[in-house]
Amino acid sequence: MQHRSILLKVLQTSHGTTLISILAAAIVLVPILNLFVPESSFLHVPTFTVTVLGKYLCYALLALALDLVWGYCGILSLGHGAFFALGGYAMGMYLMRQIGDRGVYGNPLLPDFMVFLNWNELPWYWYGFDNGFFAMLMVLLVPGLLAFVFGWLAFRSRVTGVYLSIMTQALTYVLMQAFLLNDFGFGGNNGFTDFKDIFGADVQSDATRIALFVASGLFLIGAYFLCKFVTESKMGRVLVSIRDAESRARFLGYRVEHYKLFVFVLSAMLAGIAGALFVPQAGIINPTQFEPVFSIEVVIWVALGGRGTLYGAIIGGLVVNYTKSFYTGAMPEMWLFVLGGIFIISTIYANKGVIVGVILSVIAMTIFQPLAQAISEDFYQFILLAVVYAVLFSSAIYFDRLYDLAKSRIAATNWFTNLNQAPHTEEAKS
Amino acid sequence: MTVTNASPEIKSILYLNGVTKSFDGFKAINNLSLDIAPGELRAIIGPNGAGKSTMMDIITGKTKPDKGEVRFKDNIDLTRHDEADIANMGIGRKFQKPTVIESLSVWENLDLALAGNRNVWQTLFFKLKKAQHERIDEIMTLIGLSEKRDALAKNLSHGQKQWLEIGMLIIQEPEVLLVDEPAGGMTDYETMETARLLKEISEHHSVIVVEHDMDFVRALDCRVTVLHEGSVLAEGSLDKVSSNQQVIEVYLGR
Amino acid sequence: MKALIRITALGIGLLFTLVSFAQSTEQTEETAENQPPNKFAERVQALNGRSFNAKIKAIETLSESKDPRVLPILKAMLDKDQGLYYRKSDDTIVTVEEVEDGLQLTDVLTGEDLGVVGKRDARKIGINNKVRNVLKSAIAVLELGADEKHIRLQSAQNLLKSPDKNLLSLLEERAELEDVASIKHLLEVAIALIKIDSDDQKVRLQAVEVLSSSVEPEAVNVVRKLAEVDEAGTYIEADLKVAELADAKLKSVETKLAMYRATENIFFGLSLGSVFLLAAIGLAITFGVMGVINMAHGEMIMIGAYTTFFVQQAMPNLIEASLFVAIPLAFLVSGAVGVLIERTIIRHLYGRPLDTLLATFGVGLILQQAARTYNSNNVPVITPSWMSSAWAPNGAISFNYNRIYILFFALVVLFSLALLLKKTLFGLQMRAVTQNRPMASSMGIRQNRVDALTFGLGSGIAGIAGVALSQITNVGPNLGSAYIIDSFMVVVFGGVGSLIGTFFGAFGLGVINKLLEPSFGAVVGKILVLIFIILFIQWRPRGLFALKGRFVED
Repeated sequence: MQHRSILLKVLQTSHGTTLISILAAAIVLVPILNLFVPESSFLHVPTFTVTVLGKYLCYALLALALDLVWGYCGILSLGHGAFFALGGYAMGMYLMRQIGDRGVYGNPLLPDFMVFLNWNELPWYWYGFDNGFFAMLMVLLVPGLLAFVFGWLAFRSRVTGVYLSIMTQALTYVLMQAFLLNDFGFGGNNGFTDFKDIFGADVQSDATRIALFVASGLFLIGAYFLCKFVTESKMGRVLVSIRDAESRARFLGYRVEHYKLFVFVLSAMLAGIAGALFVPQAGIINPTQFEPVFSIEVVIWVALGGRGTLYGAIIGGLVVNYTKSFYTGAMPEMWLFVLGGIFIISTIYANKGVIVGVILSVIAMTIFQPLAQAISEDFYQFILLAVVYAVLFSSAIYFDRLYDLAKSRIAATNWFTNLNQAPHTEEAKS
Repeated sequence: MTVTNASPEIKSILYLNGVTKSFDGFKAINNLSLDIAPGELRAIIGPNGAGKSTMMDIITGKTKPDKGEVRFKDNIDLTRHDEADIANMGIGRKFQKPTVIESLSVWENLDLALAGNRNVWQTLFFKLKKAQHERIDEIMTLIGLSEKRDALAKNLSHGQKQWLEIGMLIIQEPEVLLVDEPAGGMTDYETMETARLLKEISEHHSVIVVEHDMDFVRALDCRVTVLHEGSVLAEGSLDKVSSNQQVIEVYLGR
Repeated sequence: MKALIRITALGIGLLFTLVSFAQSTEQTEETAENQPPNKFAERVQALNGRSFNAKIKAIETLSESKDPRVLPILKAMLDKDQGLYYRKSDDTIVTVEEVEDGLQLTDVLTGEDLGVVGKRDARKIGINNKVRNVLKSAIAVLELGADEKHIRLQSAQNLLKSPDKNLLSLLEERAELEDVASIKHLLEVAIALIKIDSDDQKVRLQAVEVLSSSVEPEAVNVVRKLAEVDEAGTYIEADLKVAELADAKLKSVETKLAMYRATENIFFGLSLGSVFLLAAIGLAITFGVMGVINMAHGEMIMIGAYTTFFVQQAMPNLIEASLFVAIPLAFLVSGAVGVLIERTIIRHLYGRPLDTLLATFGVGLILQQAARTYNSNNVPVITPSWMSSAWAPNGAISFNYNRIYILFFALVVLFSLALLLKKTLFGLQMRAVTQNRPMASSMGIRQNRVDALTFGLGSGIAGIAGVALSQITNVGPNLGSAYIIDSFMVVVFGGVGSLIGTFFGAFGLGVINKLLEPSFGAVVGKILVLIFIILFIQWRPRGLFALKGRFVED
């Protein structure tokens, strides 16, 4: 029994650890391949690709944050994009202030869009954002505070399930409307762009881009371990009990609303960090990040990767976004069909262990044309695609085998024990 | 098993007086009064819709009564507290339908129910002490699930789930246990075992058992309250109530 | 005072008549019977005068005759596509019709067919804007004599826009004869609008009184203008007495206007509420009965709207009737799509409401993209003429017919649905399933069928909502997603699975939205509504009209 559970532990953690090791390796390798490998070599990673990968990492962090509340506590937030965007806007405000008098209008104090709107002074809520430390604090506090107020009201009155989902969706929808307004003081429809410096470094330079990529990776890994700590602590089990049987948790004496609030705020802050890292790499933040469709897309990253598994959320975030980039580049009109298909298939089969079907179908839809195209055009792209497909295939296989794991961390234990104990129990009966 | 909760100065551990609750005009509980002494084992029987579950809901804070008083240890007004508060005060509940955390293992379910601080920070940095570890093992042995330590609760049989939930209830160390149909879905042997277990528990706790199975109630050998249409129809020993003409008409006679 | 005005008016009228008499040929009698035909012909002939001023005079002269031929002639003259022509050979005034080899002429006086001539043989009588305005007034005044009330009302409203002071006497005459109060009022306002430009202070004061009794925008504007002050605080209007009176009256006018605006806002709120209601009823059913969150509901609405479009494409000559075809068809099409979705996707997901939300969202994405693939732009849906105008009891307030119809339509749909639920076996089964699924199942209700039909019903109603929405908003791929969040808010606010809750939720949110909009703007209004709902569910977590009982909890 004892030796088996040790083996179990190794197996159980290995998937996450493997993923984290790959991420860590990428954080080291990608900069090296960018900086030290000559551009002529097919192993060279262009800076543009580094930034794209960095953005994927931010999305993965967002997916991780959502998985913490949805996968472990059963709170399906359809508004996590709002926290992501708020973190992004906080970072954007800092970056706008860093532009100083280098804007088109050359106003040392006011960002261009305010000059354009004939504003004479900085609105009060912009104060302090020229200070990097303050801005970074706001990256955490603004999403956190919104999550706290909203969560406090919602959880206190026991709004659960779809009601809560709908309210979160309305929340991000309303925020989008507000940020679209010019009078709101956040650049309206256009948002913020044309950033110059971040912490004294040029946003556009290769070194900064690599630094941002590395930072995204490190934050992702850090967040992974934080979430792992939370979910593997006793609190993790309380969260699962709230997810599976909320009233049972209450009758056991747990203050369900406190737990929900804690995990919701934590998750919102992680989402805010993801947004803040995303903005300098994307070079823009605008109200589209508040669109309900974006938030619900995040849900499907998690659903596809496997809710209730931290690494699954990360993989889901990476895979869907890679697929999205590919489709919106090659056949934009096909993307929503594919995404819609992912939504349907991954929810129908999520409980039946056929997630491999989803991934295979995506691969099938994705594989032929780009490969043919890549071979003829760009060898590097071909290699990259081949690697991605290899990862996809292996993850497909491994998802299939560990399907139960996709539902909850503990399910893995069960799968394994069942497999090993099946003969035992029969013996015991006879 | 270790603590005796019944202190001499408390007259009734649970006291309901004139409690009424209606849903959309239907009176689920109608002027119900009940008095449970510290350390008492009480069985509550009654036909479907007699208001047994609603009564449990009211005691545990899930439902607020329209009127009437619900007191714990003579002077705590339970209607002012919510489920978590009431649970932490020492009223544990087992549901009619076994409600364990399906995706947690037997061990984890018991760990979750283990008496202790329920605060967010406490659980985040919680480390199991040796004594607590032993306590969980002890309870697992008591409910006969030691073999199933790492099995997920959802893979347990119905009876095993019932027992796990009873185990969770015990390890919570409440002063009052509300047990809703513990024998449901159990074999005869398991039923009798459960009765024996409950009797054992009742030596140190107050226990209220809601049950249909008359053999089980007989095995409990305790005072019986018969509910009908939301209020008490009869009260006394099983022999006494089962010879009551009214009880026979509305319940037993059928 | 009144007498004085009358005398003055009479004087002006007399003056005007004299002037016009002096300009026309010698003329005494005014009735058509007594008028020698040739005199009338000469007047018509004068329409082809050398100058525009001459034409204006001819129009004014003609309009005083009671001859029934005048109106069609003036109308033809005003008509952009038609116009009056004269035959070059003999200057006969004619109307023309283009035929293959030239122009078919018709004598305006006799209605006689003058045969076909070459295109160069007849020429249009040119008019300019000034002439056009006079024509409009003249036609309006003439139409005031019409028997049909709505024509008189229409012409009175037209008169307000460009009252011709030369027609004053005629106007007064008509006002005197008019027996419909609202039309009479409009005429009096029109008269006052003319008289306000008089030189006589008393006449002007009188006119201010009349104008300030009205809420017609033209009248209000004049009163506002009279009461205007410059920076120093003195009246811009030279006549102090007139200005003071206007100023004094302005306040009550503005109060009245504000009241009408509020009424109109409430109407807009009810109208928005009716749209919410249509959009949310189907949602409430699928949500309430099946616990399914149909995120593709918006796309079901979209399908209904596109159905309307295709119906109109198929029957371009019967646009007026198209909606009556579209409503049942949209119900069937959307309903069929709904049943299809239920059978292929949703049936795998019962008991997992959050998963139904995600899966149906995927369906929505696909349907939306399909519409976009068909045509990425909005498609033109025509509003039948019987729906396109507005009911305007006065100039300050108007209710669009399409919104009124949709308001009633929404109520009819709600009522029929309530009947369906209450009176039919299917409704009974649906309610049974809503309230206690396991019990209903054990009583032998075929849940699969009830579920499929329920989902089809909900989707079908969404299709009907789409037909209604196609009449007030653009029909395009994004139509559905624009309404989905509001619809959900309605369901949450009203209470799941309760028609009466949906009813109050829809109209409540509609009216709140529209009442907040004027003072806060649409967006801030929306934010406030959301905050309101969040606070509201603190108080009632299950909405206004929640189902209660033991079985609802889970």
